[in-house]
Amino acid sequence: MLLHRLHTVQEHVRAGLHEFYVAPYRRTFARAQRDEEDLFMMLVLSEALGVPNPASYYTVELLPVVYDRFHDWHRRMGMERSPLDHISCC
Amino acid sequence: MNSVVLALTGVAMMILGYFLYSRFLGRRIYKLQESFVTPAHELSDGVDYVPTNKFVLWGHHFTSVAGAAPIVGPAIAVIWGWLPAFLWVTIGTVFFAGAHDLGALWASARHKGKSIGSLSGEYIGPRGRNLFLVIIFLVLLMVNAAFAVVISGLLTSTPTAVIPTWGAIVVALLIGQAIYRYKWNLAVVSVVGVVALYALILIGDQVPVVLPETILGLSATSFWIVVLFLYAGVASVLPVWMLLQPRDYINGLQLFIALGILYGAILISAPTLVAPAFNEAVPEGTPSLIPLLFVTIACGAISGFHGIVSSGTSSKQLNKETDARFVGYFGAVGEGLLALGAIIATTAGFRTVAEWEQVYSAFGQGGVGAFVEGGGAIVNSGLGIPAGLSATILATMAVLFAATTMDTGIRLQRFVVQEAASIMGVNINKLLATVIVLAIAMGLTFGAGADGAGGMLIWPLFGTTNQLLAGLTLSMIAVILLRKGRPVTPVLVPLLFLLTMSVYALIVQMGQFYAAENWLLLVLDVIILVAAVWVIFESAIAMSQAKKNPPELEDDERERASTRTRS
Repeated sequence: MLLHRLHTVQEHVRAGLHEFYVAPYRRTFARAQRDEEDLFMMLVLSEALGVPNPASYYTVELLPVVYDRFHDWHRRMGMERSPLDHISCC
Repeated sequence: MNSVVLALTGVAMMILGYFLYSRFLGRRIYKLQESFVTPAHELSDGVDYVPTNKFVLWGHHFTSVAGAAPIVGPAIAVIWGWLPAFLWVTIGTVFFAGAHDLGALWASARHKGKSIGSLSGEYIGPRGRNLFLVIIFLVLLMVNAAFAVVISGLLTSTPTAVIPTWGAIVVALLIGQAIYRYKWNLAVVSVVGVVALYALILIGDQVPVVLPETILGLSATSFWIVVLFLYAGVASVLPVWMLLQPRDYINGLQLFIALGILYGAILISAPTLVAPAFNEAVPEGTPSLIPLLFVTIACGAISGFHGIVSSGTSSKQLNKETDARFVGYFGAVGEGLLALGAIIATTAGFRTVAEWEQVYSAFGQGGVGAFVEGGGAIVNSGLGIPAGLSATILATMAVLFAATTMDTGIRLQRFVVQEAASIMGVNINKLLATVIVLAIAMGLTFGAGADGAGGMLIWPLFGTTNQLLAGLTLSMIAVILLRKGRPVTPVLVPLLFLLTMSVYALIVQMGQFYAAENWLLLVLDVIILVAAVWVIFESAIAMSQAKKNPPELEDDERERASTRTRS
């Protein structure tokens, strides 16, 4: 019983410390991740955007993976409408 | 008078303030509701909006708002005697800071977690946003200059703190690696980090690093200032996980340990307050208590910076609206306790009045150095730690608080510079923006007085801009309250008091800078005065408009109204 309670207290302390460490910089990390994913998105779409990409044979396969984020991406890049004819998200 | 009596009186006042006044604010003014769906739940995204346990959130809030400022301000202001500083810190915490911090948290939570900057944009218009940016820029500029001077002063006056100060950076770097690269357990890392920090303090105490009179043609203090800015510049562009995040974390833990040491020592040794309650014989050149006291102690009594933290991050993490009382108001109490500790250390840590008067020989003298000396003596007699080591501990603590604020300050100011440049249509990269920020900050530090002595002249100006920021926040809270047709006196009285004292202090200081022919600070003073007048006009306009409009329906009334239409 006591051991069990000690265990829960330990869990609480661990969770609290973790939160204390992580929370202030959560936004910074999320933004950095988004920036990286934006770059990745550009690589995947580079052929379609008119930039020759030697790895396009492989990146085409990734199109369905990035499709979900495409709409947010082109809005973030300052384009109200989809820049690509074959992807019409809005 | 015995310092324990003062400590207990102060603590009792603040605790009573929490139990009585914050309850009144929560029930009658802000009307906090348990059932209100906070932004953390409504907009939960796992990034900014995360419902957080109120104790953890308070820990964050408190460690983000508390730094070196609640130590430096009171340590300077006790030159007028301990009573004025004590009264301003306790009454300020209970009636000013508490209402302000809690209000900012509430206002932001009721507006989907928007920051005070966005709220002033909403209620004042685009001008409000610009006003906010200008004031933020001024606050950051001055905090960087003042803290660089504080740290370099401590590094020369307490050479034993040099090794722990710079060693702490290495510890932080290693912690960052341990957590992200080697995935160590956080609890273990925390213990190892704190032990390593105190080991460094022990080493530093044995090996003081005294710089020669002049290095590369600079005095020792100036040399440290340059090194500090270079370090802060590098730190602000490194990835945050590497340095800033572990550094903030260790500092947060250190804050609680240091508060424990300080109050423990005061309670055990029970030193007598040697400084006069009212100092009748202030050194020549000391400005009058009114208004300068109220801008010398900003953090610890009321500080606009708290509004930034309240509305920027804490409001997005509130689990329940009623938690705001604990997080916001008790956060202010925590900082008040730190300021109270600083007052006691600087007035009870000396043997005789003569010794105290020697330290406080002129306005701006004493300060954080007196905190280290006096606090060191108290820790020595209370906990039996050797006097030199006690002083090293306190000096390291003050330096670390100030240095982390500087790292973050330079980083934030870089964003402001980049934003301002992009408004002007120029894109500047991270490095160039950092260089610009460093150039401006160093220009101010050295321009205000050769040898970097200008930093302490800037201190009251820093307090003033901080108060202006608080004024802007308070007026936004007042506008929101007026629109809801609720009483505004608890917010309006602090607002009027702050704005009056800030403008008064700016005019008094203008005379001083003119007499001293310090043109740089004179210009800065005038700029801040313009910003102050701007704040006054905008808040007056926004409040009179809010008063004219019919009051918004309260949430419960709106609910009733909607059920009526439905039935």
